[in-house]
Amino acid sequence: MTELDIDFEKYEPVIGLEVHAQMLTKSKAYCTDPYDYGAEPNTQVSPISLGHPGTLPMHNRQVVNNAIKMGLACQCNIASYQYYARKNYFYADLPKGYQITQDKTPICTGGYIAIKLKDQAPKNITLTRIHMEEDAGKSMHDQDVYDTLIDLNRAGVPLIEIVTEPEIASGEEAYAYLSEVRKLVRYLEICDGNMEEGSLRCDANISVRLKGSKAFGTKVEVKNMNSMRNVQKAIDFEIRRQIICIETGERIAQETRSFDALKGITISMRSKEGASDYRYFPEPDLPPLHVSADYIEGVKALMPELPKALFEKYTLQFGLNEYDANVLTENKDIAAYFESILKHTSNIKAAANWVMVGIKGYLNEQALEIKDFSVQASRIADLINLIDEGKVSHSVAAQKVFPEMINEHHLSPLQIAEKLNVLQESNSDELQTWINQSIEKFPSKVAEYKAGKESLLGLFMGEVMKMSKGKADPKLTSQLLKNTLDHHA
Amino acid sequence: MKQYSSLKDIQSDLGAGLITLPELVSMYLKNIETNNPKLNALIEVYGEEALERAQQIQVKYNSGEAGKLAGMVVSIKDNICFKGHQSSASSSILKGFESLFSATAIERILAEDAIIIGRSNCDEFAMGASNETSTYGPVLNAKNTLKVSGGSSGGAAVSVQANMCLAALGSDTGGSVRQPASFCGLVGYKPTYGAVSRWGLIAYASSFDIIGPITHTVADTTSIMEVISGPDNYDATALNKKVVTGSTESSTKKLKIAYFKEAIDSEGIEPAVKQQTLVFIDKLKQLGHEVKQVSFPYLDVLVPVYYTLTTAEASSNLSRFAGMHYGKRSELAKDLETTVKFSRSEGFGAEVKRRIMTGTFVLSSGYYDAYYSKAQKVRRLVKNYTDSLLEEVDLIVSPTSPTVAFGIGEKATNPLAMYLADIFTVHANIAGNPAISIPFGEDEAGMPIGMQLMASRCNDALLLAFSESITA
Repeated sequence: MTELDIDFEKYEPVIGLEVHAQMLTKSKAYCTDPYDYGAEPNTQVSPISLGHPGTLPMHNRQVVNNAIKMGLACQCNIASYQYYARKNYFYADLPKGYQITQDKTPICTGGYIAIKLKDQAPKNITLTRIHMEEDAGKSMHDQDVYDTLIDLNRAGVPLIEIVTEPEIASGEEAYAYLSEVRKLVRYLEICDGNMEEGSLRCDANISVRLKGSKAFGTKVEVKNMNSMRNVQKAIDFEIRRQIICIETGERIAQETRSFDALKGITISMRSKEGASDYRYFPEPDLPPLHVSADYIEGVKALMPELPKALFEKYTLQFGLNEYDANVLTENKDIAAYFESILKHTSNIKAAANWVMVGIKGYLNEQALEIKDFSVQASRIADLINLIDEGKVSHSVAAQKVFPEMINEHHLSPLQIAEKLNVLQESNSDELQTWINQSIEKFPSKVAEYKAGKESLLGLFMGEVMKMSKGKADPKLTSQLLKNTLDHHA
Repeated sequence: MKQYSSLKDIQSDLGAGLITLPELVSMYLKNIETNNPKLNALIEVYGEEALERAQQIQVKYNSGEAGKLAGMVVSIKDNICFKGHQSSASSSILKGFESLFSATAIERILAEDAIIIGRSNCDEFAMGASNETSTYGPVLNAKNTLKVSGGSSGGAAVSVQANMCLAALGSDTGGSVRQPASFCGLVGYKPTYGAVSRWGLIAYASSFDIIGPITHTVADTTSIMEVISGPDNYDATALNKKVVTGSTESSTKKLKIAYFKEAIDSEGIEPAVKQQTLVFIDKLKQLGHEVKQVSFPYLDVLVPVYYTLTTAEASSNLSRFAGMHYGKRSELAKDLETTVKFSRSEGFGAEVKRRIMTGTFVLSSGYYDAYYSKAQKVRRLVKNYTDSLLEEVDLIVSPTSPTVAFGIGEKATNPLAMYLADIFTVHANIAGNPAISIPFGEDEAGMPIGMQLMASRCNDALLLAFSESITA
């Protein structure tokens, strides 16, 4: 049997994701050490991070708040009573010999994250749980010829782990889910969402089964996918690999596999059969945590508007289409900038377009973030109003005034337009002169136009624009031009 | 030279100019020189450092600026961290390990001008009841050197017993302060769980461990408790209030005291100990307290519950000693597995290994519910029972240990017999209550007997005041 003979459509993939999000807190989960990605190895460590004898953990309230925020954003139940647990295993980068995590009482249970694929109905991915835990250090196997080197800076950095039910059906859905998770953690400002630096990490549990089958296939865990695209690729590869395994009579091993991004394939890392026993038990060094309804309300009050709420506001209240609303809510800072513009202009659609095209285009070109954008939102509103008043055309605004505004912060858009001498000409006398000249220039075209070839209007328009150096008000020009042509003998 | 058995005497002589702090420290150093080689109580002596500090504090004392514990020379158990000094928990896996910070209790006694004279021998990782599991060898009882000191804070007790210092800081997970104090004729105190920060105490069983003093007098224990107890930002399980403050008055109130029928009638109790317990009960009655016998249905399960839970916690707490980042690394270490396996095999002694394996077993999947989980439930029952009893009575009295100090080697090969030595002391650690051992008579061979009093949680002040009133 060759791959060509396989009917891949017979199978249904079953995928669950475990996402680890590194919390943006000032200090680590259980001590006051700071953590910055990329710091010199082993410089952000205290005896606590190092797991020295006699040290004890103290929990970081901010981590609890962050986990609650994520839970609220996903409609989870927040546990009112919970305790930390120890997960015991030996590893060189785990100095205490156990990880402080949560086992039987995760801080959040249930809830969902909605995803939407193009041309498909929205789908809710149910969350099993969100729990708090600490990161391990880093083992570096490629820095030294003989030895593995250990960097314990990351040891003790707070994480939340977001676990889904096995409800994801494709790499594309996984990609969409991760995009939503990243959007949420960024909105909530609890994680920077950077997969390349490992502050957002994803492991996928993947199995396949015949469509309609109730039983699950053998589950394979895939790790080391350091971008959302790689998660999608790894999952798609793995689904295909497993189906081929089954169809060619091979056994799927219960194992952990690693994604090789260069080759685009997954490679066996270790078997999970006879898996290690982590001997979870309640962490005796930290008292149980009580989270009252009032406390949850207090955290809720600190939460920003979430993308879903903004999306609804933009589509239902502002009348924007779904595409525009999606682009604008993709990033909290973009949405905030958009709304700042709206404080100074009522032209919502124009504000949306300026953000999505002019500003985003500039930012992409310069590889900048919106927070680095130097032009105040009120000035963009001024520019929009200038266009609406007919003082500059849109194209002049976009091509001439806007670029100047980025460098010139003292003059208003109107003053800039004046300085550039691009204020729109709406003086009809001068316009009429240009129109008359353009008509005289192409007598044969006038005849054609009058014979019914109305598309020639553009030719005359272009001529007028050339003569006016772009300052002619297009609306007025078009009107006058038509009028003149119609009455031309 | 005059030997001291209370801080009050020392401070009075200091005040009268009869002795200086350097002279006091020299006196203790001389006692150490004479007695320690045989008794093995201290494994390191900070002679010069102690003398230097004595001089500095004397200057402060002369100008009336010395702290409350000026004149108190103490030894600290080898599982309590002292910055820049070695702490090895008397295990070869940590031999030579120097701590980067000091335990909160250490910082607090130093701030009040106590002088630390050395670190004391103990059972390896505080696991033992005879101080025979130490990598440094057993501590001998100064009263009879064929007998054990008790444990695990055996070196702490003997350092006080043999006048190598005035007081000792030990740690008590299941009786490790009280039982050696009892064996050596001293006062041993186990505070309410959380009353003293565990920051800097090398963990054995986190939900049981506490630092406690060993002294000649209850008053000295109270003075130390006033200094070391209280909230601490480095220990999330520390109580948020101070349970012993300077304002406690001596108790003149008549109390209600209970004793357990099962304890008096238990099989393992030595006749002399039983006899002394009955005498003690009579004495309490004569003093006008109301003493009644009650039933305690959980006596037989205390030791199993204790060993199930403490070994579980220990198996995890001791995972960090893996030859990886500090402490002993085996010469056979080649990779992750051999580093962990050989370093631990070579570094831990038999008793520690036994407890790690027991703890690993009771936590392993398939056995967790039958052992760990069940023991937690029983712990809750014991706690509830104790709490309700202590709503009716103020104190519970029992012998501290069913026996006096036994012979060196006598129980070393029989772990179960050794574990049963903890039967009366583990109760307070299981329930988190404060308990004290006070010396009360001797057996016919002259070996000390100790009585244990236990109060409700956070009632340390009452317990200490009462103990002082009956011993003073």
